[in-house]
Order: sequence, then structure tokens, then C-alpha cells
Amino acid sequence: MKEEIIIAGFGGQGVLSMGKILAYSGIMQDLEVTWMPSYGPEMRGGTANVCVILSDKKIGSPIVTKYDTAVILNQQSLDKFEKTVKPGGWLIYDPSGITRHPERKDINICSINAIEGAARTGNSKVYNMVVLGALLKVNPLVTLENVEKGLGKCIPARYSSLIPLNKAAIEDGMEHAEIINRA
Amino acid sequence: MAEKILMKGNEAIAISAIRNGVDGYFGYPITPQSEVMETLMKEKPWETTGMVVLQAESETSSINMLYGGASCGKKVMTSSSSPGVSLMCEGISYIAGAELPCVVVDVMRGGPGLGTIQPSQSDYNQIVKGGGHGDYHNIVIAPASAQDMYDFVDWGFELAFKYRNPVVVLADGIIGQMMEKVEMHPMKPRRTAEEILRDAPWAVTGKPASRERHIITSLSLDADIQEQFNIKLKEKYAMIEANEVRFSEYMTGDAEYIFVAFGCSSRICEAVVDELRAEGIKAGLLRPITLYPFPSGEIARLAAQAKSMMSIELNLGQMVHDVRLAVNGACPVGFYGRQGGNIYTPEEIVAEFKKFNGLA
Amino acid sequence: MSISIEEIKKPENIVYRRPALLTDNVMHYCPGCSHGTVHKLVAEVIEEMGIQDRTIGISPVGCSVFAYNYIDIDWEEAAHGRAPALATATKRLCPDKYVFTYQGDGDLASIGTAEIIHACSRGENIVVIFINNGIYGMTGGQMAPTTLIGMKTSTTPYGRDPKLNGFPLVIADMISHLDGTAYITRQSVHTAVAARKAKSAIRKAFEYSAKGIGLSFVEIVSTCNSGWKMTPVEANKWMVENMFAKYPIGDIKDVLK
Repeated sequence: MKEEIIIAGFGGQGVLSMGKILAYSGIMQDLEVTWMPSYGPEMRGGTANVCVILSDKKIGSPIVTKYDTAVILNQQSLDKFEKTVKPGGWLIYDPSGITRHPERKDINICSINAIEGAARTGNSKVYNMVVLGALLKVNPLVTLENVEKGLGKCIPARYSSLIPLNKAAIEDGMEHAEIINRA
Repeated sequence: MAEKILMKGNEAIAISAIRNGVDGYFGYPITPQSEVMETLMKEKPWETTGMVVLQAESETSSINMLYGGASCGKKVMTSSSSPGVSLMCEGISYIAGAELPCVVVDVMRGGPGLGTIQPSQSDYNQIVKGGGHGDYHNIVIAPASAQDMYDFVDWGFELAFKYRNPVVVLADGIIGQMMEKVEMHPMKPRRTAEEILRDAPWAVTGKPASRERHIITSLSLDADIQEQFNIKLKEKYAMIEANEVRFSEYMTGDAEYIFVAFGCSSRICEAVVDELRAEGIKAGLLRPITLYPFPSGEIARLAAQAKSMMSIELNLGQMVHDVRLAVNGACPVGFYGRQGGNIYTPEEIVAEFKKFNGLA
Repeated sequence: MSISIEEIKKPENIVYRRPALLTDNVMHYCPGCSHGTVHKLVAEVIEEMGIQDRTIGISPVGCSVFAYNYIDIDWEEAAHGRAPALATATKRLCPDKYVFTYQGDGDLASIGTAEIIHACSRGENIVVIFINNGIYGMTGGQMAPTTLIGMKTSTTPYGRDPKLNGFPLVIADMISHLDGTAYITRQSVHTAVAARKAKSAIRKAFEYSAKGIGLSFVEIVSTCNSGWKMTPVEANKWMVENMFAKYPIGDIKDVLK
């Protein structure tokens, strides 16, 4: 098993931390993982993206150009990464703010309105966890149990009280993920 | 089983320094390695192990702080990226000339000049061939993973003290910024004053009336004395070349085509080898782990069995010259590189490989 | 009545002796140079404080590059201008040691300005001995940042012209404004009285450096009769008449007063 995932959006949407939680969940599942961010000025207010690879074998290149799964949170990222999803792969995206929706028919597409999900959960900061929930619903790469363990590793001990909130956001995302195309 | 933590290569350097009994870190911010000092400052090791961490006013100052700290027999290190390391090269030359141990981490970015903040391997020549003035060598070790970043700090200090020589951990923006799982080894305490006297009997520790004074200097105005010193260095380098070469190989046993690549490029080349093997082409990879000393002997051995070799580097072709020297005409040697922070894909390298070998 | 040599050498008759911490090496300094006197004062202070085994000196690049040949303590020899960086790490890693740099005006006030200013700014608990003779001695008498207006050197053969060369840099006054400095004084060693005062200043600087209150800085306005192309006596006179006007003698800052 080897899953190459790109997560892309605006700085501030929690793209990097979502990738980190996914990667840590992979470690909890005894997988090899890499997490490779785009870094530099584009982090500040511009687009941010991170490539996460989960594999049951040693990972060679941490940078790839074709992805099994793309998680897309703004229009620029959709324009850039829709074409990089391997045929039969998954594209998960948040339609809010999107003016040109994904058009490919040879990939699986899932939509998640994570702003609404975060509002339902009661905290805008768990936006990215709603997205993660949608991803895990359609493409269960790691078990929820290991995601919870991964969260425990990523959230500093003094904020451990926030783990149930994050879990609730993931569950909300799983519930509201909407598959809009099947390859 | 040791705990496995997800961390960036840069964070691994910092955590490893604390856990391996490093006495002092002196640095200056520069992308893509600033997480090293940020992590150290956040961890506050001065409250636990007593490690000193200081943000200096420049890379020039950081490397001279290493000179001062190393003079006292302390385990001192810094980290920077290409433009910052250029500033340090004066100090590294002095450290080599004064025969002081230290570890410098260089998380390379593209140049020349301010260049780019994206990953590159374009400082191979600078670091492996010297960097500063004078006849000297750095010991250069090239990590390819976050785990290597963690492990090479301690290995670097072992080599630095064994040979009283600067050691450069030559990484790049990918290895620094990428997160991977890192296995932590048991904590090593900082050395006591007695252990420093034992391991670094030459150090400046305050002169009791009973012993000769210790002078750390790289200066000798007498031509014969300086020449003797240069010859002594040459003998030291010969020992390093004889004893410390380290490399790893992937599928080289029956390989007819050998790739040579270090650091992040070696990981990408593993994927290249897999792709070519899937097509029935017998490819293999030699990854130099030490860049100085260079695994020339092993490359020569592989050249005898190979139809060709190819050096894959994120630069315009630097290590390839050392590969050619080692191959010494035994087989054709090709090169493929990308620059400016662009990274080659395995497919791209496969295509270049086929072009070079007339297999397209 | 005659007295024997042995009688003269009795401890109660000794009025002067070379400090025990000055080595037997013949100094390379020119006759009349201030360095020899300042070396002696530093050696005396270390000896009198009984801190030979707890003192680490950092020598610069310049005439005093070989200071380590003359004072019998452990030494680090720095790259040009970088002594305060070495001293910073040495003191922070060995806080129980007395750490001092010994630097000339080319080393400290030109190529090493960043290092000295930031060591002062960080309040490193070190001593800096600053020899200001307004010229590069070792390389053959070129202009220093501290060279006076009108002063002739090998790179200002018609005299220092501010339009061409800028103005003299008054380092001690500059760093007195930095919160990390504890004691800043300007002294000279051209007379016995001046040398005694300079020695007290050096001792105070060493004592302050153990108090954890910041950096102590002793500037010694000095002569370079070779570089100035004067006899030692003329150089002393010229220093009093010209250097002291720009670099007046006395304490500039003392946080404990």
C-alpha cells in the first residue's frame, strides 16, 4: 500500500497541521510516512500545500507530481492540482469560494462544506478536521482509532481537552461528505 | 522499543543535539533551516541539560562562537543554509587550522547569491572541496532522512573529536523541511569537566601553574613550521580516507547501470532503480554517505562491472567530477541535474538515463 | 660599608619585580610601544587576583596577535575582529572562568565592530582590553577607524581627510549607550601614574566581570611610534597633545557608582 496525498489551500486553513495529523495517524498504524510542505514566502497568506505519503514500505522520493488523493481548499489549488490526480484517484474539495468546480470524469470527487461543518461543531479552528473526516469517509487510509492517537501526538498536552472537539469535527465531516462523481 | 516521533529534519537536529549532550548551539536565522534554533529555544535545554543556545548577530559570529566554545573542549554546533555557510567559511578554515572539533549543519538552498530558498545540492564543491582558504578538508556527511539528521549529530561529534576536525552535515531543503518518523535513542548526558580533560586534553580550560599553557591558534609565521603542520594535516586526512568512508548500495549486486546520488537525490534514485528493474533493466544505486572521504574505491569496483554510471545531483554537475576520477575511464559517466529548487521526478531521470545509454 | 647582592635580593628589599605570569619570551613589540606595558599590567592583575587557572585570554589579529606568547595563561587566538564572539561562547560555556579579549583598533573598531557591539549589547560578562593607537601597526601603518583628522598614515599619505575617509570612530562612548555594558573607561600608560591608574581600571574590569553585571571595557589610548614615525618620547607628547583631545582619559560609565 502506498498513498500519495496533496493537501492544498490558503495559509491559515490548517493545511499543514491536517497533513501532520494524517501523517502521525499513519505512524500509529505502523506505516512509513513523509510530510513535505511547500515552504517559504508563499506560506504567508498565500497558498500552502503539503504532500503526505503513507506507505507500508520505505518511502523513496518525498516529492511526487501525481497524487492518489488531492484535498483542495481554494480555487488556485484546484486549478493547479486537479490535473495531477491519478485516474481513479480521489479529489476532495470544499466548494465554498470555488467558481470553477472540478470537471474530470476519470477521478472520484467528493465535496465537503467544511465551514458549515466547523460552525456545527462550534469552533472555526476545526475546519481542517471536518475536511479530514470527509477524506477518511471516502478513502479510509487510517482507522479512526489511530487518528485519535495521532491527534493526541499533535495536540500539546495542555490542550488535550480539545481532542473530543477535533474528533467531533472529524465525525461531522464523515457524515456530511458528499460524493459527486464516481470514476 | 524507542519512541517514534514525527518531526522535521531540522527539528531532529535540534532534539538530537539536546539528547546527545551537546554543550552549545550558536546560530542565525535563515530559510530553510530556522526551525533548528526555533526548536532549541522552545525546548529551553539550558534548564535541563545545561546546553547553551544563543542567537548570534551573524553567521560570521556564530562560527567564531564555535571556535571559542570548541577551544574549551565543548561540543558545539551551528546550522545554516548556503548564503550563511558562505559567511562561515572563514571561520571554518580557522577551525580546521586550529584543529578544533565542531559540527556545522548546512541545509542547502539554491544559489549563487541570494538565489532561492528552495532545496539544492549546489554547495557540494564548496563544502567537500574546502570553502575557506588553505589546504584543508571538512569531514562531510550527507543525511537522506529525518532519522539521519537525528543520528548524524552524534556521529558528527564522534568524528569531529576523533580527528579534531570540523564536520559538516550537508543536507538540503527537502531533508530539513520534510517530516518523517524519528526513533529517539536513550539520552546521553553532557560531558563532565573531567571527561572533557580526558577527551580533549588540548583544550583551553584555565592553566594551573603546573602545566604548560594551552594555546589554540592557526597562526605560524615560520614557513617550515607551517609546512610541517600542513603535512600533519595531510596524514590526518589520509587516516580519515582510510577509516571513515561510508556508503550504502541498492540493487548493485548484478547491476549493469549504476546511479550515484547523495542526500535527497539518493531517495529519488531508489524509485528510478525500481522503475528500471520493472522494465528488466539491471540498474543499481550507490549512495555516498560520507562525501569527504569519498567512496572512490567502491565506485571504482562498481565501474568494473558497469556498462555506465550516472551521477544525479540537484546542481549543474559537481560530484560527477569525483565520480569520473574514481571511475578513471573504466566506463562512461553521465550526469543529470536540476537547479533552482526544481526537483527531478523518477520518470524524468529514467528518460535521461535512456537517452544517455541509447536505450530509448 | 658595602652590601652584597644576596642582601639586596632579600624579599624585604624588593621594590619591583617582573610579574610571574610574564613569560621569558622576548617581546616582538617595537621599543616604545604601549603593548608591553599593558601586557605587564594584565599579567599583574591576574597574578594578584590569583586567577591564573581561571583566566582565558583571546588574542586578536594585529600587533598583539602573539599576546599568547607573553602571558602565562590559556589562550585562544581569534580571526580578525572576532575575539568577542569567541569570548562570548567561552564565557557562556565556562561561566566560572574570567574571560578577556585583547584587541587593537583595527581589529575591534573596524573589522570587528559587529562582534564588539553585539557582545556589549548582550551584556556578556567579559573584559575587553582595547588598544587604541589610531593606526594599523602590524601591516605597516595604514589608517585605522580611530586615526585622527589630518593624521598621516601609509593609506592617508596627505593626512586623513573626512571627505575621503570619514571621521574617527569613538567606540567607548558609542558602547556606553548600550544597556549591556557595566564599566567603560579610557586610560593610558605613558607615565608611571597613568599606568597605575590603568592597572586599577583593568583590575576593576576583571572584578566586575565576575559579578554578572555586563561587559567591562578598558580602552588604553596608546602610541605607535614606529607607525607614527616618531621617537617614543615624541610619540608620548603627540599622544597627549592630539589623541587625548579626541579620546579624553577617564571613566565613561560605571553602573556600580
